[in-house]
Amino acid sequence: MDRIKGVELTGAEIVVRCLQEEGVEHVFGYPGGAVLYIYDELFKQDKVKHVLVRHEQGAAHAADGYSRASNKVGVCLVTSGPGLTNAVTGIATAYMDSIPMVVLVGQVPTHAIGLDAFQEVDTVGITRPCVKHNFLVKDVADLAPTIKKAFYLATTGRPGPVLVDIPKDITTLSTEFLYPETVSMRSYNPVTKGHGGQIKKAVQLLLEAERPMIYTGGGVVLSNAAQQLTELVRLLGYPVTNTLMGLGAYPATDKQFLGMLGMHGTYEANMAMHNCDVLLAVGARFDDRVIGNPANFALNPRKIIHIDIDPSSISKRVKVDVPIVGNVSEVLDEFLRLIKAGAQRPDGAKLKSWWKTIEEWRGRDCLKYDHASKIIKPQFVVEKLYEVTGGDAFITSDVGQHQMWAAQFYKFDKPRRWINSGGLGTMGFGLPAAMGAQMANPGATVACVTGESSIQMCLQELSTCKQYRLPIKIVSLNNKYMGMVRQWQEFFHGNRYAESYMDALPDFVKLAEGYGHRGVQITKPEDVEPALRDAFKRKNELVFMDFLTDQTENVFPMIPGGKGISEMILSEEL
Amino acid sequence: MRHIISILLENEAGALSRVSGLFSARAYNIESLTVAPTEDASMSRMTIVTRGSEDVVEQITKQLNKLVEVVKVVDLSEAEHIERELMLIKVRAGTKEREDMKRMADIFRGRIIDVSDNTYTIELTGAGQKLDAFIQALDASAILETVRTGASGIGRGNRILRA
Repeated sequence: MDRIKGVELTGAEIVVRCLQEEGVEHVFGYPGGAVLYIYDELFKQDKVKHVLVRHEQGAAHAADGYSRASNKVGVCLVTSGPGLTNAVTGIATAYMDSIPMVVLVGQVPTHAIGLDAFQEVDTVGITRPCVKHNFLVKDVADLAPTIKKAFYLATTGRPGPVLVDIPKDITTLSTEFLYPETVSMRSYNPVTKGHGGQIKKAVQLLLEAERPMIYTGGGVVLSNAAQQLTELVRLLGYPVTNTLMGLGAYPATDKQFLGMLGMHGTYEANMAMHNCDVLLAVGARFDDRVIGNPANFALNPRKIIHIDIDPSSISKRVKVDVPIVGNVSEVLDEFLRLIKAGAQRPDGAKLKSWWKTIEEWRGRDCLKYDHASKIIKPQFVVEKLYEVTGGDAFITSDVGQHQMWAAQFYKFDKPRRWINSGGLGTMGFGLPAAMGAQMANPGATVACVTGESSIQMCLQELSTCKQYRLPIKIVSLNNKYMGMVRQWQEFFHGNRYAESYMDALPDFVKLAEGYGHRGVQITKPEDVEPALRDAFKRKNELVFMDFLTDQTENVFPMIPGGKGISEMILSEEL
Repeated sequence: MRHIISILLENEAGALSRVSGLFSARAYNIESLTVAPTEDASMSRMTIVTRGSEDVVEQITKQLNKLVEVVKVVDLSEAEHIERELMLIKVRAGTKEREDMKRMADIFRGRIIDVSDNTYTIELTGAGQKLDAFIQALDASAILETVRTGASGIGRGNRILRA
């Protein structure tokens, strides 16, 4: 794009020009006093489209969902004070899941900072622990270089949200606009290429494995390495599991896929993880919901190879034998090149015997549930959702039982189709994230699997969906409980259901209608599929499906918090 | 184990709170922290004394390296290094104590840098243990005020930390 040499632009004009230079098409935001000049400039152009949410949390989640579903940077714009504090949950959500986002925030004028001005808050201080980096712009001359840095930091290395705090007076002052072409920071040089010697060692270890296991996480999705992962897994013939964040990185319908692992992962995935002799961990971080108690995990000796772009993720909870710091996609390319160039292949006989053991585990059919039930089983709804959408939808979720059932029963064959708050576990994420996913993929099928509790946390966004004609399908698994809380209370708190029952639920059908959408309530198993078929036929309409599901259904398998993989509870054991 | 970590970081507003915030957020321990600009005014040098297992200290250095404004991190205690701390200590020095106090300061190679009718202010540098020993050697009731900088450290010989 042309440089306007010698032409002075105001800070507000610069903000909008920077967004244009970055190729930003959508900004999710909410106006307010401190950002009025920026909004004025947005109004005067049509390259950057602004999406008006109904609450700033929705703006952050929508920008986040937009990024996850498109591999673009999600951008949101909020005003100072409460505008920013409302967005913090969304920023922290993106931070925990390493989502590249740029958050532009208005601030009170520089001369008023520190004087407890109206709608003043220490934005940089509040967000410091939940952003990859943040900036306060104190000079209009720094504005364009700072925004450039923000996009650079958000997208390179381990991605994450970067925030730019812009005082109101900065948006009115003028300076010559020059958008830097590149960024150079002496303190920030992320590694991308893995260490050659370590990769050689890893490949050797992997080829000599007798009971190998490949465990992959969100890093594979973030570095767009699904294709390399799939090729590697097939070339080796090894079993593979994905974390909650990694679903879709390997086709879930493939026989080498053992399902998701972790607290609510499959028996076969967790058992293979526990009993393998060589573990290849790719873009995953051995977190507490994945391996449970590290002491229990360490009971079985195994060699661990760990590929991650963030050195601090390596040997954080579990000691690793071969650490490889680098971009997952580049490192996997190197793995493939080395294996193909060499003559050595895995030991077929040993691998066959390992697969035999795995098939026995798989034979436990750990995800079975009562198909003959007269009450709608939540798992059944997700299975039908998968069938009706042909497995090709973008599925967002909120947090709780429905999230786990969606992860277990919707078979994701492609990356970036499963969008959920894995790290922070943010209820209220699903609907605004679906808006972002739909904005990024206008013609695509987008569904939000949610529950009657989660959906109420960002319900106001139904109004945004109306304004922008977003034909999202809301699949609400309504069991009238905060299901996951209820499940823990049943298992660990003597059936004392403290405050987990939502009394006085709204009539969701009327509520959807009130926002100008279509609402339906489904009460019988035989009506599930017809309702879904009817809803997904309506290409231009948001349909809120309120499925009244079995109130007592629990998510299995389950590894209780703090326990080890070998202490899993299966449904038949209760 | 006690570790002494040296950090080169951008001399920017907020950089210190990023470091201290990291320590409190991840429940790492800080025994002392000292920071000032280097010969290059755009850069600060920070010394942090912390305690933790090898695993924890490995995480501390990795997490510090992750901060965007941090240029370099080194665990000085991994090899030969020198550390020094400065203490300013104000002690009672009336006619009765004056002689003894002067002698004590001399023994520890302290310098008396301020004198009043009934006080001395003594400047003392050295490793932390030396400063502790000086405090121990004094009668507790004679100590009116102590100010310590916390340790600053540097590698021995050719071990150099630069951007």
